[in-house]
Amino acid sequence: MSKVLRAGVWLLVALGATGALARLALTRGETISAAWLLTAAVCSYAIAYRFYSKIIASKVFALDAKRRTPAVRLDDGRDFVPTNRWIVFGHHFAAIAGPGPLVGPTLAAQFGYLPGVIWIIVGVALGGAVQDFVILAASVRRNGKSLGQMAREEIGPVAGLTALVAILGIMIVLLAVLALVVVNALKSSPWGIVTIGLTIPIAMLMGIYLRWIRPGRVLEASAIGIVLIIGALYAGRWASEQPTLAAMFTMSGTSVAIAVMVYSFMASVLPVWFLLAPRDYLSAFVKIGVVAALALGILITLPPLHMPALTQFTDGSGPVFAGKVFPFAFITIACGAISGFHALVSSGTTPKMLENEQDARMIGYGSMLMESFVAVMALIAACALTPGVYFAINAPAGVIGTTAASAAEWVRTAGFTLNPSDIEALARQVGEKTLLSRTGGAPSLALGMAQIFSNALGGSAALALWYHFAIMFEALFILTTLDAGTRVGRFMLQDLGRHIWEPFGRVSWYPAVVLSSAIIVAMWGHFLYQGVLDPLGGINSLWPLFGISNQLLATVALCVGTTVFIKMGKAKYSFITLLPCAWLTIVTMTAGWEKLFSPEAKLGFLAHAKVVEGQVASGALPAAIKTVTDARRMIFNDYLDAAVTVFFMVSVVVILAASLREWMSVMRGAKPVVSTEVPFDAIPVPGD
Amino acid sequence: MTSREILSETRDRIARAANVVRRIIGVPDYDRYVAHVHAHHPECAPMTREEFIQQRLVDKYSRPGARCC
Repeated sequence: MSKVLRAGVWLLVALGATGALARLALTRGETISAAWLLTAAVCSYAIAYRFYSKIIASKVFALDAKRRTPAVRLDDGRDFVPTNRWIVFGHHFAAIAGPGPLVGPTLAAQFGYLPGVIWIIVGVALGGAVQDFVILAASVRRNGKSLGQMAREEIGPVAGLTALVAILGIMIVLLAVLALVVVNALKSSPWGIVTIGLTIPIAMLMGIYLRWIRPGRVLEASAIGIVLIIGALYAGRWASEQPTLAAMFTMSGTSVAIAVMVYSFMASVLPVWFLLAPRDYLSAFVKIGVVAALALGILITLPPLHMPALTQFTDGSGPVFAGKVFPFAFITIACGAISGFHALVSSGTTPKMLENEQDARMIGYGSMLMESFVAVMALIAACALTPGVYFAINAPAGVIGTTAASAAEWVRTAGFTLNPSDIEALARQVGEKTLLSRTGGAPSLALGMAQIFSNALGGSAALALWYHFAIMFEALFILTTLDAGTRVGRFMLQDLGRHIWEPFGRVSWYPAVVLSSAIIVAMWGHFLYQGVLDPLGGINSLWPLFGISNQLLATVALCVGTTVFIKMGKAKYSFITLLPCAWLTIVTMTAGWEKLFSPEAKLGFLAHAKVVEGQVASGALPAAIKTVTDARRMIFNDYLDAAVTVFFMVSVVVILAASLREWMSVMRGAKPVVSTEVPFDAIPVPGD
Repeated sequence: MTSREILSETRDRIARAANVVRRIIGVPDYDRYVAHVHAHHPECAPMTREEFIQQRLVDKYSRPGARCC
């Protein structure tokens, strides 16, 4: 292609991105096709990948195909294995893709589609993909070191320790909030409970098959597993139609919460081959399959977006979660735009697999763009619902009441329309008793996906099956994160605990295993249980906490990245990591501050505790709280949430201060500009 | 090409595709490990397939960074 032609094509792509974004931003009072959103996203990704990631690849790291990667140098056939870049890409994407980018944009849709679109696209191009790529490249240059190790070695021991403790804290909040999403999707849904419940014996069956019947035949076992879980979907429908079975499997939120805790504890102490590994394989297939199917479904149907560009809830009065569009849209979307957790993957398995260090660009930057595209699809699915239906599902009962009539009335006062009989009919159509106040994002996402799928295939008769298929998909991969996360948390706790009491750290000593697993489950279980009892739905307080902690980890990763740049002598390019780092610091600090000190009881933990204390003192109890003990527990939980927020904020300050000190001393010349990279080691040229 | 050749080529293709899928979802690659041990550590006996798979799985689920939210 000639130079002129190429420039012309890129000019067209740029025009496509800006044109579609302008159309999205300027639309008022009419529905707009999802095609505009897809165009804006895809064109922006293309530009960002072609031009921005190129700067990082060639100007900053000077990635060189001739430089031997750790996989090549240290090849041990186990951890370090040189692998084709498409396989690493798939593997890395499957590891970073989780429920985060699906749930976050769904919740953020309460502000309208525009804040979500802008942050998902801009945030990934300048923040999330940059972070994943920089950490991956830095780790590849350091023999695959982990984020914690790099924080310690690049910034200092204080930053390293803070990062380690913060990672554990973030895991706990993450597990709690994901568990809450599952609980809210499964409570009083016999169909969901039976289907998800059956996935456990199915995974065990696969485990036994892989261990004894046909050892190592993972694809066979997965094929059997997939057929069986589709059977479980139908079994769930059948059970929900039998009055006695339906009653038996209709569980309250608290019982589902306890079941999830028991399950995760068992998964953490049982041998991995029995439950964890087979479930993970199954979940990887379902994950990639559903993401591909959703993309196809959206392309075929191109649904209109019924949600307006901006709703009146940007002022902070929204029912789904409290807080204004700044900073809470950025906190809520989390993983679809930037996720600190990815830095753990980028400095975990992936850097040990690259056969050519130039692949880091496609794998680090590229798969994060894919993840962002998943977030765009979730946003489309949520905004394709009418606002009335969206709010009826996502607003807690404390706001919209418990009947279709009260929900419709609330929707009317909010300026949207909802026919009470329509939402009841819709619930029947998807095989649920009710869709009101099914907070957490999973049910509304499932409904949005079911509408897209059934429009593409099967018609409205298939709506219920598609809905429960989508619920099963979300629950399956959330539970996979929960059980594996509990296990990883247990190892981290044992590793920290062994400094205090040596036997606690023995990973194969059963009492230590049981004790540490129980502690981890109790920690996230406490937040989960509190969330289930919370009359405002729990997602309200837990999701922002998760968002803050996740962005905090991203701040740590970007600090590490900036330090790496400066020590490589590339300080003039440090704006690449400093820009998102500064933005995230502003966002997390503002959000943290508001969650702590906002005078509004809806938003601030301390203000809420004060209000409840006042009510207890005057003898009046808050709505939906029955006893003084419950009210006191609510107060305790407010203080606990506040303490966790303070912990995260202090961690940000500690790491930022330590980084600034390090940067200053390098820039002033007090410390030499020396990179800790493994020195260049060229691939021998044949014939030399 | 004879039909037998076509058949064996198809079988090869399926085997290669299956291998790609296995590696994407993170199935430990035993054959590669054995080849590595034979090539670089001829004095060591490689672990058995069961030992290898068990060891890889335990390792995978014991450190953060194998997955995300």
